[in-house]
Amino acid sequence: MWQATVNYLTLDLLGLSGHLEKSINFFIYDTIKIWFLLITIIFTVSYLRTHFNTEYVRAHLQGKSELYGNVLAALFGIITPFCSCSAIPLFLGFVQARIPIGVTFSFLISSPMNNEIAIALLFGLFGWKITVIYIGFGLLVAIVGGFTIGKFGMEKYILMDVKPMEGELEEVKISLTVKERAEEAYRYTIDIFKQIYLYILIGVGAGAIIHGYIPATFIAEYAGGDNPFAVLAAVIMGIPIYSNASGVMPLVEVLTQKGMLLGTALSFMMAVTALSLPEAMILKKILHIKLIATFFCIVGFGIVCIGYLFNFILR
Amino acid sequence: MKIEVLGTGCKKCKELEMTVKQAIAKSGKFIQLEKVEDIAKIMEYQLVSTPGLVIDGKVVSTGKVLSVNEVLEFIMGENTL
Repeated sequence: MWQATVNYLTLDLLGLSGHLEKSINFFIYDTIKIWFLLITIIFTVSYLRTHFNTEYVRAHLQGKSELYGNVLAALFGIITPFCSCSAIPLFLGFVQARIPIGVTFSFLISSPMNNEIAIALLFGLFGWKITVIYIGFGLLVAIVGGFTIGKFGMEKYILMDVKPMEGELEEVKISLTVKERAEEAYRYTIDIFKQIYLYILIGVGAGAIIHGYIPATFIAEYAGGDNPFAVLAAVIMGIPIYSNASGVMPLVEVLTQKGMLLGTALSFMMAVTALSLPEAMILKKILHIKLIATFFCIVGFGIVCIGYLFNFILR
Repeated sequence: MKIEVLGTGCKKCKELEMTVKQAIAKSGKFIQLEKVEDIAKIMEYQLVSTPGLVIDGKVVSTGKVLSVNEVLEFIMGENTL
């Protein structure tokens, strides 16, 4: 229905045709659709999330057995907000509560990877199937990655001395009315939207040009869609561009239409969200570089495997 | 009354500090405001997400930037106790 409206606008009202029509049609259709979905999904997620906070998660992870703790931490990562500026208190706070380092990493991998912006964009651009696959495999990387890091016994690489607290944490209670929750969610949604709408506009704009002017077989022909190193290159490229994830994803969608393999795209997007250079720089203040490198290598390896697996299955 | 804003200097922490300043001005009370940036001190309050808002040694909010009115409610609420 929305496509028909945009078609009417570009074809009949503006009387456009050819490449230009294709690009402008795509631009209007995608921008409005993604904005709409973003606002809806971010509002829903942030409303649900007023029932939890990081303190609540910590109290629930305390004293859980290792593997179960990893699974629980990864799941909590979906629903709790994550800001890389909170990475240090989060890490130390978890250590303080005697939560194993591997469980902490499961949370630290899952939380930024399954953030509401990434989920909303994936849903808007690729549909629910890819979104479910992304979340499912994202959780897998978080669980297995965290578990593996835990097995390396790297507690000694935490550079700050944290005194473990005694006894159990109190149950965290959050008592808010529906109105307060809605207000908080509304404020959060507006805040996020203000931060990213421009990136989306630029990302979709660049995508629109590619969509209209570059032939569908372009990547397959020139950049080697089935190049064996494509996944690896995509993951490495994904590391430095965390803050612009919202601009990058619309571009990735267009690239897949032009012949980029879906596994490569999936790996790239996971690398963008889960492996962030600014977060590593912040964590470097309290963690030895060896621990951070291990964290990046294990997560990177997991993401690369998923990419190849997908390219292989969907072949 | 003493209000502390806990945060290592991120954008949200600065926003909360500004909000608290406005709320204090609006309340018309004499309130001491302190910004705590030392991570070791922040950890003593046992919170896991910043910014944190502490009123008279008690953590009242974590991980979010409150509105001026919400902070004002905390200030006024404390007063009636």
